[in-house]
Amino acid sequence: MQLTINGTAHEITGDPRTSLLDFLRHDCGLTGTKKGCDHGQCGACTVLVNGQRVNSCLTLAIMQDGHEVTTIEGIGTPDAMDPLQAAFVKHDGYQCGYCTPGQICSAKGMLAEAANGWASFVSEDLDGKVELSAEEIRERMSGNLCRCGAYSNIVDAITEAMSTQTAGAE
Amino acid sequence: MTRSLTMDRPDDRNRLDAMAQGVIGQPLDRPDGPAKVTGTAPYAAEYPVDGMAEGVLVTATISKGEVTAIDEQSVLSMPGVLAVISDQRMTARAAQGGAGEAPVQQVRQVQYYGQPIAVVLAETFEQARDAAKHLKVTYREDDDAVTDPHDPAAPTETYDEPIDQGNLAQAMAQAAYAVDVTYTTEGHNSAPMEPHASIAEWDGQTLTLHSSLQMLAYNQKELADSLDLAPEQVRLISPYVGGGFGSKLGISPEGVAASVAAMQLNRPVRVVMLRQQVFQCVMRRSETTQRLRLAADANGRLTGFGHEARVSNLPEEEFAEPVTQASEFLYPGEHRRLAIELARVNLMTAGSVRAPGEAVGMQVLESAMDELANAIGMDPVELRLRNIPDQHPSEGIPYSSRKLVECLKAGAERFGWDGSDRTPGQRREGEWWIGTGMANACRVHNINEAQARVTLSPDGTAIVASDMTDIGTGTYAILGQIAGEMLGLDPADVLVQLGDTTLPPGSGSGGSWGAASTGSAVFEACEAIREHLAEQLGTTEEELTLKDGFAIAGNRRVALPDLLAGAEVERTGHFKPGEITEAFAAAMYGAFFAEVAVNAYTGETRVRRFAGAFSMGRVLNEKTATSQCMGGMVWGIGSALTEELTFDARDGHLVNPDLAEYHIPVNLDVPHLDVVLVDERDPAGSPLQAKGVGELGICGAAGAINNAIYHACGVRVRSFPMTPDKLLAELPDP
Repeated sequence: MQLTINGTAHEITGDPRTSLLDFLRHDCGLTGTKKGCDHGQCGACTVLVNGQRVNSCLTLAIMQDGHEVTTIEGIGTPDAMDPLQAAFVKHDGYQCGYCTPGQICSAKGMLAEAANGWASFVSEDLDGKVELSAEEIRERMSGNLCRCGAYSNIVDAITEAMSTQTAGAE
Repeated sequence: MTRSLTMDRPDDRNRLDAMAQGVIGQPLDRPDGPAKVTGTAPYAAEYPVDGMAEGVLVTATISKGEVTAIDEQSVLSMPGVLAVISDQRMTARAAQGGAGEAPVQQVRQVQYYGQPIAVVLAETFEQARDAAKHLKVTYREDDDAVTDPHDPAAPTETYDEPIDQGNLAQAMAQAAYAVDVTYTTEGHNSAPMEPHASIAEWDGQTLTLHSSLQMLAYNQKELADSLDLAPEQVRLISPYVGGGFGSKLGISPEGVAASVAAMQLNRPVRVVMLRQQVFQCVMRRSETTQRLRLAADANGRLTGFGHEARVSNLPEEEFAEPVTQASEFLYPGEHRRLAIELARVNLMTAGSVRAPGEAVGMQVLESAMDELANAIGMDPVELRLRNIPDQHPSEGIPYSSRKLVECLKAGAERFGWDGSDRTPGQRREGEWWIGTGMANACRVHNINEAQARVTLSPDGTAIVASDMTDIGTGTYAILGQIAGEMLGLDPADVLVQLGDTTLPPGSGSGGSWGAASTGSAVFEACEAIREHLAEQLGTTEEELTLKDGFAIAGNRRVALPDLLAGAEVERTGHFKPGEITEAFAAAMYGAFFAEVAVNAYTGETRVRRFAGAFSMGRVLNEKTATSQCMGGMVWGIGSALTEELTFDARDGHLVNPDLAEYHIPVNLDVPHLDVVLVDERDPAGSPLQAKGVGELGICGAAGAINNAIYHACGVRVRSFPMTPDKLLAELPDP
């Protein structure tokens, strides 16, 4: 049984009870993905599986056979940060830093969902083009708790990274 | 060489403003930022240690009694299980902040539901967790547990010395306007995002613990005392802490359990608390019942002031939520009574949760002040402005720098405050009632003993070292900026090393004292280095300018490497609080302004706008200080609307011990937060003229929301959190 993490293949051979989160942290040494609650309540363990954001504590490693997982380590490094990561630093979109990898992975997934036209609880209509207002970002990032209370700055960071990427695309 | 300063009097020299580098106060990015956003900053449980066993704590399922038997055989045959340990050295509670000694141990004597009683060790986490769930425990239960925090029959004692001045009852009777109201607040949990976690390694002589802690110098003594080791035999490592908010002030049960297990098994052991355990067996903020009596004359000036509170804690705990801490000096009123009653209950330890005292004391006081403003028919901002005492109303000592007026004005201006019509229920948008409210912010200023070492290397870069922690507060950033400013260096050329007990003991992070205390130790060390450099250059410290790596005096300008000529300069600063703490009433101040919408049909409250103006002495980093204020305001929203520990009154078990049922604010609950930092220097605050900012943003915030709810819909909720059910019954016809 095998899954790909940040482009590298990993064999799953351990305890079948191992969550994807514990597989990443304990078996692969990828501790950038954080355990905050182990119950899908806080979002600190958010990773991308086949491009979609999931709480890695809510799925078993053995359920990910053949899947492609992207963790925070696959998004950027201190010397080569992704624009989203750089925006979090610039806007102080974190304090203790523990929820931060999950916030950034979640933001990556969220931006893709919006680009694909997924509506949210605060969307005006269900099948139009999604304009990511601050309110839309707040709602779509509400699965990622931040006890330090950096929400205002997280929204600013995502907004800036979004406009940079849009500018780049144009 | 160590340079010591005991702060007995204000430091009016204002040395930081005399420096030339221009980095102090600047909104610089945190140096630890890139590591945090890329997941490369290691937290306590994340160190790769070979041969590590995994431990999971087992907690009591009774509220009071004794563990009579633990059936180890029930789990020892399970795959991978190594041991079940229920050792007398293990701790049944977390240590209180600053304890410096072991907390209550005796894990087999159960004093509260959820108390740790054993730890199960196995080769893997999955095996340990499974075995911990299957461990058979037998108890003898006592029938005298007090499991309802509000139980009027709980044994109570008077905490500390009440303040009684004049005749408050008479002042109330003779007042032109009087308010006599009782509010309640429910318990809170710090709920840091990183659960408490430890990796213990024992080499037969020294115990090394990677752990998530706020005050290492004290934690070292607490762990050593728990294990009957000398403090020198314990090394703590904690460079990154995933939030603390008081819950990591003292050593907590998982760290001691991991240590005992490592010593017994002779191999490294990791114990990480489950989220439920963070709720059940670390610390709670006590629930409170608070009676406020405010007597005012015809001009709205307070003549009488009463603030009496009841809080709770476990037997043997000395801590009582200091609800009246800011009430002692914030407002005038010659007739005064302030008192705290402490009830003894069998619920988890009550201790410091962000801004102990003011967090809940100020939100209730400021709600009552709004009730007084409404009784008078006065703009609540005006009422605050009329009630600023000339001196400490009980002790007669002067205030240190106090910018409350400036905060009230700056906050009102930023928010666009209009206090002319406070009649409730005047504004409606669709199904929402709209209202505004305000409150003062106030938090006492604390300082603590601290040491830090600064080394200026021959290449002209510097290293700052202390066992001080950065729990998200920005310590790495501000200590680098203080040293950079004093030594004329780009902060990028200052490496800050924290969180290791092999480094000089800092103040630890707590009580908002970290920046002013450890920052002052860095400042002292830098002053000593400046004196040495001045001597080398043949000038005085006052005449010496250090900027961009050059030492300048008169017409001489020498690059630091040339001046140092291959030698490093190392100095340790040692800062101690002295007579200054008794000479002034020193505090941080601010003002909150909130706009809320209350749903006319459901009673749901949404915070639509939230502004705060704050003064904290010198701002050391505008960006991190602003973030601290924002964080406090978010806590204020939680305290106002959603956060409460709910206990089953029958057995004292916590009904909502996780993040799904204990509701901290989520992103959508928080509007754009508007923070104004009011310029201030407080010479009595510290040699930096700085005070603290980590807690100010919560102190009164929920009061502003309470007052805005009243203004929106005319319902005064005297029970926090103000959940929809409490509003629904009172709402006007939609």
